[in-house]
Amino acid sequence: MAVQSQTGSIVRPPPDPPGPLKWLRDNLFGSWLNSILTIFSGALLYFVLSGSLRWAVTQADWTPVTNFTLLYAVGQYPREEIWRVGAGLALIALMTGLSWGRWGRALSGIGLSMVVGFMVLAVLPAPGQITPAIRIFLAATAGLVGLGYWLGRQSWLPSSALGIGWSVTPVIALVLLAGFKQLSWLASVSTTAWGGLIVTFILSAGGILLSFPIGVALALGRRSTLPVVRLFSTIFIETVRGVPLITILFMFSFILGLFLPADARLDRLIRALLAMTLFSAAYMAENVRGGLQAISPGQIEASRAIGMSSTQTMIFIVLPQALRAVIPSIAGQFISLFKDTTLVVIVGINDLLGIGRSIINSDPAFIQHDLEVYLFVSLVYWVLSYLMSRASRRLETRLGVGVR
Amino acid sequence: METSPEIDVVKSPPFYRDERILRNIAQVVSAVLVIGLVVWAALNFFQAADARGLSLGFGFLDSPAGFPISDAAIDYDTSMPFSRAFLVGLISTLRVSVLGIIFATILGILIALAYLSPNWLLSKLALAFVEFHRNIPLLVLLFLWYFTVFREMPAVENATVLPGPIYLSQRGVYFTWPRLTESGTIFGVSIIAAILLAAVVNARLRRFRDLTGRGEWILPATLGILVAIPVLGWILSGGNPIRWDVPFLDGLNLRGGLRLSAEFMGLFVGLTLYTAAFISEVVRSGIQAVSRGQFEAAGALGLKTLQTLNLVVMPQALRVIIPPLISQYLNLTKNSSLALAIGYQDLFAIGKITINQAGRAVPVFILIMGTYLALSLITSAVLNWYNSRIQFVLH
Repeated sequence: MAVQSQTGSIVRPPPDPPGPLKWLRDNLFGSWLNSILTIFSGALLYFVLSGSLRWAVTQADWTPVTNFTLLYAVGQYPREEIWRVGAGLALIALMTGLSWGRWGRALSGIGLSMVVGFMVLAVLPAPGQITPAIRIFLAATAGLVGLGYWLGRQSWLPSSALGIGWSVTPVIALVLLAGFKQLSWLASVSTTAWGGLIVTFILSAGGILLSFPIGVALALGRRSTLPVVRLFSTIFIETVRGVPLITILFMFSFILGLFLPADARLDRLIRALLAMTLFSAAYMAENVRGGLQAISPGQIEASRAIGMSSTQTMIFIVLPQALRAVIPSIAGQFISLFKDTTLVVIVGINDLLGIGRSIINSDPAFIQHDLEVYLFVSLVYWVLSYLMSRASRRLETRLGVGVR
Repeated sequence: METSPEIDVVKSPPFYRDERILRNIAQVVSAVLVIGLVVWAALNFFQAADARGLSLGFGFLDSPAGFPISDAAIDYDTSMPFSRAFLVGLISTLRVSVLGIIFATILGILIALAYLSPNWLLSKLALAFVEFHRNIPLLVLLFLWYFTVFREMPAVENATVLPGPIYLSQRGVYFTWPRLTESGTIFGVSIIAAILLAAVVNARLRRFRDLTGRGEWILPATLGILVAIPVLGWILSGGNPIRWDVPFLDGLNLRGGLRLSAEFMGLFVGLTLYTAAFISEVVRSGIQAVSRGQFEAAGALGLKTLQTLNLVVMPQALRVIIPPLISQYLNLTKNSSLALAIGYQDLFAIGKITINQAGRAVPVFILIMGTYLALSLITSAVLNWYNSRIQFVLH
């Protein structure tokens, strides 16, 4: 409010006294209703915090977490072969560092948290399984992210190296983990021994990578002008979206064998991965379809008019715009796939949650302390999903979603 | 008109570049691929079925199930057929889904309002609730609620008693519950009649308001019907239509009251809180989608806060809210199948036992998936009908 005084100068009302009291009045005690709400939520907060604190100080016993750190990370993977997990991890750390250096801000959250995360893990007091060698390795991996960052900033490194690197990384990591029967220095390790975080990562990363192209294909199929293709795509998408993930996981785990030739054997981890992939692909297809519908017909007509074939139109005009428009929903889909990987516990695969359950059940003394295990597992999932959603928000701003 | 000779020279393109032919070839190829895959799988299955003596028939549904079901909502014992067991499972799924949808919606709206409130502390608490639940897997949440809360309750004889009384024990939660007495039927009927009549009158008066702008009778008339008819029913039924069924400790047993098992409570609470976090995000973004100018214009017209919400904000926000809300409801129903992990016997869990007992994996799976599909389709059909009604301004 400003008033024009007779002399022509502007007279403003005296400003409110700034400071914490004003903030309190504005945000917590503005009206009597507001004050009641503040007192009520303050009491709730106090009750929850004091209760948790009392529990954490007097009752909590974190032995089932701290004594089994390696088990949470790699499951029953043979301890003498653990360097293979480490090598895969180092490769991924290096690639993340490289991409961070080259593509910048969108990945800085993930890159920084990797550095900090590995450093923290390296010095975290965890008696039992973490040997000094592993600590040194973890610290070195944090260094690798940094090295990758530095390399990524160098102009002599071609960007295509990154693309090639990312396409071979998953293959190398998987080969390292699985090994070969014939090689003595890289003996094969059955997937029944795999567990913990590596299974969670393989299922979610594999599911995401595989479901993306299938999802795009299904979305195109559902929008296709060919009735037969449209019909099959629609039936697949609607059937998968109409049933719970657990039914599909069960089908792939227990009755898929009946529909394959009698001598065909699929590894159970691969069956679970297939189920997760197909499930996720149906949802991915609907997300992508939303993006396709947002493309104005003028874009397609224009590209046809300058002589592009319908395939070229799709690849160079429609898909880039459509996929950019649906980044938020695809990122959400990735996060929910990551969380959904926990369902493999029900078909007997020991992912992070499964390892937690088997540790609890391994010792009657631990059953009293299952809360600690579940809280630890929740924390890991929470941090990882939170980082992913933050990274996706940054990617959105970087690619200018919603901005033309 | 003369045809110019040049046009006659233009030939149709060769068949491998003729789009009409290519399209048909593409269709035939995809059809052959898909049908071929299905036939191949079916042939493999018949081979396996021959070798192991499996059958595709649904005849087993009439033979006795032979396994017990805890928590059955309808009469059930082990001599009843598999079809009955299936029905019990379906009702269990529906029970937890419907209750979950109702409570998650209420809680989700409250949390969204808390988040949008000018109160800093309340808003941050709501944010913490949403961020916690959105970023952890539902299964972990269910384990937390079931294994560390409801299964860790004290034994029956030391049950915690909350005011009500409500007994919290290992064996479940026992609520004090109103039950109709023998003379209570009239009262029950009067309540249902009151709700139906109130809904009809409310809709009529709203249409009248939309036509004439006179809406001052809506609230009194609706509330009046909701109060008057049940009061009448109460008097007609002789004044004691309801008996409070109070749970009580009888030796080492809790008797009476409404018992909800620990498994049900774990699933219900976990599912409700998880979905409420997502629903609150849906509601919040819906309300935020209504532009500030709408609030200000309504205020300038002299509408009160409640009128603004009821007449201006909600009709617009609902159009944004309903479609994603539908998919949250469907998610909740499908997620209820995680019951298997904590031992609540829903449709899927009973299906799994049936497979173990009867050994008919394929027919049981067809039945389970068909039922879930039907549930999904019915839910989305009903809600899409509602959605199409509110998407346009009614005349």
